[in-house]
Amino acid sequence: MAEVNELVKSLSHKHGKERGSLLPILQGITEVEKSLSAEIMIEVARELNISTAEVYGTASFYSFLDTEPRGEFVIRVCKTISCDMKGKRQIVKTLEDLLKIKVGETTHNKKFTLLETNCLGWCHKAPAMLINDEVYTDLDDNKVKKIIRKYRSK
Amino acid sequence: MKDKNKNIAEEMVKLTIDGMEISVKKGTSILHAAKQLGIYIPTLCHHEDLCVAGNCRVCVVDVEGWNTLTASCATPAIDGINVKTLTPKVRKARKDIIALLVSEHNTQCTTCYRSTNCELQTLSSEYNIDNERYISVLKKDVEIDKSSWAVEIDPSKCIRCQRCVRTCSQLQHVNALTVAGKGKEMRITTFMDLPLNDVVCTNCGQCIIHCPTGALTERRYFDDIWNAIGDPEKHVVINTAPSVRVALGEMLGFPVGTRVTGKMVTALKKIGFDAVLDTDFAADLTIMEEGFELLHRLKRKFVDFEDVALPMITSCSPGWVKYIEHMYPNHLMHLSSCKSPQQMFGALAKTYYADKKGIDPATIVSVAGMPCAAKKFEANRPEMNDSGFQDVDAGLTTREIGYMIKQSGMDFLSLEDSEYDSIMGESSGAAVIFGATGGVMEAALRTVYEVVTGREIPFKNLAITPARGLEGVKEASIIIENTTPEYKFLEGVEVKVAIAHGLKNARTIMEQIVAGKSPYIFVEIMACPGGCIGGGGQPIPTNDEIRRKRIEAIYAEDEGMKIRKSHEVEEIKQIYREFLKEPLGHKSHHLLHTKYRKRNRY
Amino acid sequence: MPNDSLKRVDFIFDKDYNCKEVLYDAFKLTRDEIIEEIIKSGLRGRGGAGFYTGVKWKYAREELADEKVVICNADEGEPGTFKDRAILEEVPSKVLAGMALCGKVIGAKKGYIYLRGEYNYLKPKLEQEINKFTDILHSELNFDFNIKIFSGAGAYVCGEETALLNSMEGLRGEPRNKPPYPTHSGLFGKPTVVNNVETLVYAVMVFKIGAEKFKNIGIQGSSGSKLFSVSGDTPKSGIYELEFGMKVSDFVNEFGDGDAKAVQVGGASGFCVPRKAFDKTTIGYQGKLKGNSLPTGGSMMIFNSSRSMYNVLHNYLEFFVEESCGQCVPCRIGTQQLLKGIEAIKKGKKSSEYLENLLALSETMRLTSKCGLGQSVGNSFSSIVENFKEEMIY
Repeated sequence: MAEVNELVKSLSHKHGKERGSLLPILQGITEVEKSLSAEIMIEVARELNISTAEVYGTASFYSFLDTEPRGEFVIRVCKTISCDMKGKRQIVKTLEDLLKIKVGETTHNKKFTLLETNCLGWCHKAPAMLINDEVYTDLDDNKVKKIIRKYRSK
Repeated sequence: MKDKNKNIAEEMVKLTIDGMEISVKKGTSILHAAKQLGIYIPTLCHHEDLCVAGNCRVCVVDVEGWNTLTASCATPAIDGINVKTLTPKVRKARKDIIALLVSEHNTQCTTCYRSTNCELQTLSSEYNIDNERYISVLKKDVEIDKSSWAVEIDPSKCIRCQRCVRTCSQLQHVNALTVAGKGKEMRITTFMDLPLNDVVCTNCGQCIIHCPTGALTERRYFDDIWNAIGDPEKHVVINTAPSVRVALGEMLGFPVGTRVTGKMVTALKKIGFDAVLDTDFAADLTIMEEGFELLHRLKRKFVDFEDVALPMITSCSPGWVKYIEHMYPNHLMHLSSCKSPQQMFGALAKTYYADKKGIDPATIVSVAGMPCAAKKFEANRPEMNDSGFQDVDAGLTTREIGYMIKQSGMDFLSLEDSEYDSIMGESSGAAVIFGATGGVMEAALRTVYEVVTGREIPFKNLAITPARGLEGVKEASIIIENTTPEYKFLEGVEVKVAIAHGLKNARTIMEQIVAGKSPYIFVEIMACPGGCIGGGGQPIPTNDEIRRKRIEAIYAEDEGMKIRKSHEVEEIKQIYREFLKEPLGHKSHHLLHTKYRKRNRY
Repeated sequence: MPNDSLKRVDFIFDKDYNCKEVLYDAFKLTRDEIIEEIIKSGLRGRGGAGFYTGVKWKYAREELADEKVVICNADEGEPGTFKDRAILEEVPSKVLAGMALCGKVIGAKKGYIYLRGEYNYLKPKLEQEINKFTDILHSELNFDFNIKIFSGAGAYVCGEETALLNSMEGLRGEPRNKPPYPTHSGLFGKPTVVNNVETLVYAVMVFKIGAEKFKNIGIQGSSGSKLFSVSGDTPKSGIYELEFGMKVSDFVNEFGDGDAKAVQVGGASGFCVPRKAFDKTTIGYQGKLKGNSLPTGGSMMIFNSSRSMYNVLHNYLEFFVEESCGQCVPCRIGTQQLLKGIEAIKKGKKSSEYLENLLALSETMRLTSKCGLGQSVGNSFSSIVENFKEEMIY
């Protein structure tokens, strides 16, 4: 709880206590915690003097602000048209097999969360995915396996 | 440079709507301009109490030369435009939109509490919507949230117009409700989708009376009451609040603003209540207790130089009480310790009344007929059992009473008038005006001023006009002169008071207090805009025009009363003589006063 | 190749000019003269909507306010579009120069780049560029203008300028009612210009080559060139800068794989051009949504005959169902109905006549939705359904 408090305080110190700071603060928390817990949203509401419902309502609008627990590495596979045409389904299947989870789930060790997302802006190098902020393009099975291996050892 | 130096209020624009020309003030919406011409454009997300949303798109109209249709509620009139509200293009678009809403809606209207009083149902019927036009996209397995004593949420009936969300934030500054998710997951909900009982909801019920459909309703208890009435072992008493009598008629065929006190009493007796009593009796009692509590605080301040919490704030409105418990938990000492009239009544029904009537209090079912949703929660507060039983067994809204009368099959319009039963049926005009914003203040001043000076308050016809009306925060000030010897310490004191209604305005008062800058001695706060006449349990619709008419009816009722001051009511004198002994006495403390609790704001 | 309307240009990624010098010259003009130049050039927004840039600046310039704001809209989310990312990666200083130019003109001291969350990895480098650039701006050009990055958080609709503003104010990214327009009441009520990344670069370009010359590139009503993001069934996917006015047939000859059956111009919210219309369709602004000339934010996606246009449309509709903000009825429910509708027809649960219902609905969505998102769902829907009806049914 104290840690949560400190994180929120340091972020509000950096970005300000106005409503306009809400997104940067929530993003800052997500960077560290990967998702927004009820406790931390309560702290944010207190810090910015707004209601918890407003924090939740705003956070839940944005797909990069998760209010469900997420793993250390959040994998977002692009599912929009180009990636879909260029084999995104196979990439998702490979990831599901490798991580032994379905889309939307998190591995038991809390290391990986597998999600799908809308257009990442890499249509010319499809299929593409994000792992946290890193982009991976021109994916195929082998490439995906290598990437996951790399993250497993992180 | 654009317009900034001109007086915008005086600037007019001229436009044509359906072939008719009209000039309106700049900034007027096309919707309102059309209204001035007597043209009715259907709306759903629009509500006169709230800011413009422009979400439902039902109010679209065609402006000549524009590429798309435009939402008339959200588009200001522009000079020279030619608007058409009824072209085939407009009608088709409206029909599609209503059909889309129907496809997202739980259309089991036959079992809906808001059936025949539902804005979607009305429009759908008026536009002859084909239920099969679109595939149902209603979410399956959504649960009705019945966690709260007061407010029930059925998401399957929600059209996502956000009227409730705007009410909760703009009118009430509570923000218990929010919009969450996006796209097809967009929904009206609470923090983390928690049950309503677990969030900062004040139970004020304003969301209910602003909801166009059956998504938000009060928890209904009338079936339990019918059962109790049917049980020969039970003695069922009901007391009805002042603002019920000026609004109930709206549900039963009378024009807005009709007083139906006598007919209501007759109807309730016919329904089978063993006694029909008047909450106003308890309101008069509240004035006695609260008035003397105020004088007591003033004495401690001016005579004993103690550090007393001033202003003292009224505690009649359970929505307001829960609001301050959540939002200003460190300032609860400003609240009067008096229970609300409903709870005073309940505590006395199972003690004083039972005793007088020789009835076993265990068999008494005490029902409160209220304009309010929060009263349901208040009745179920665990500490409200000073009679040795749950003091109030159930709170019914004006609407529930209306439905009970409908269920009874009576012809309400032609009922004879009758009088409240006794005891606890007599009251003053001061109690009646509790129903309108400013009423408690006015009632209290009528008594307190007379107690302190021995003279009537110096307002013509006892009407303390600064306390009246729909302004958000009202102020009044009286300088006390020529006191009786007992209240010498108040000689020359300026008593500044304020009245706020709607929790947004309550916040203004509280922020002054928090900042240590409140100039007031006594403040009346009601959770609902307009006071109880605009309560969350009142007939739907409620808006300022309707509020005004109900308020007029309240003051007319007061003026027609023989007794206008609480301390002059015979039954009040009697209860102090025979039972309570004195205001703030031992028995009063036990039965009529309470304590508050700190709650979480977040 | 006869009648080849495909004219490649190299303005955007040309690193051969110094933004500082262009700005230095531009700043010698008065604010009104700068606006005059931009208007004269015919420059229109490159995000897709195509509003005249000079006019937008003029509106903001005319407002009386203590503070005004310039926002660079880098919330590039239209499926098939990736050119803004490339600009920000390769020639960020041109974008910053465009922002400074706009700031100078309208009287703003603050600029923001609204960078979509998916491009977060660009941030560190972009911040360095901003620091470098603003140093020059302050010290050498004597202009007090600062730029900050605001990160988006994953919402396509925030590309709509008023949704973007709400998002920056810490609210849900829901589009606002218009009027008021951002140039009158934008970020926190301040007069605000929101321009696409590419637009800002072209604004600088106008001063590099002169309005007259700029105007002569492209076709009438669609001056200049444009970046195209080419993807799909093409051996040459990537970003290309081409003049406005090219024919889709020339485009397909150059970029197709020899088997193109359709080109989607403008992404999920754009139009589908079938093979039979390749010859008759040009790319530019003046077509007013329908007709022979199509506007675009730059997404050009090619589908060959192995592709199911049902699948393409299905993918688009799934996208809209999720990315609609959800506040207005025609968009929130309409998108769901279109998706459920084509599924039901495909499965035989609804007859093929139901397509007419859906087409009519897509027109209602165009007419009544609150913002461009809902208004343009019908573009791809009707152009795909009308041209590939059999694929929808069988």
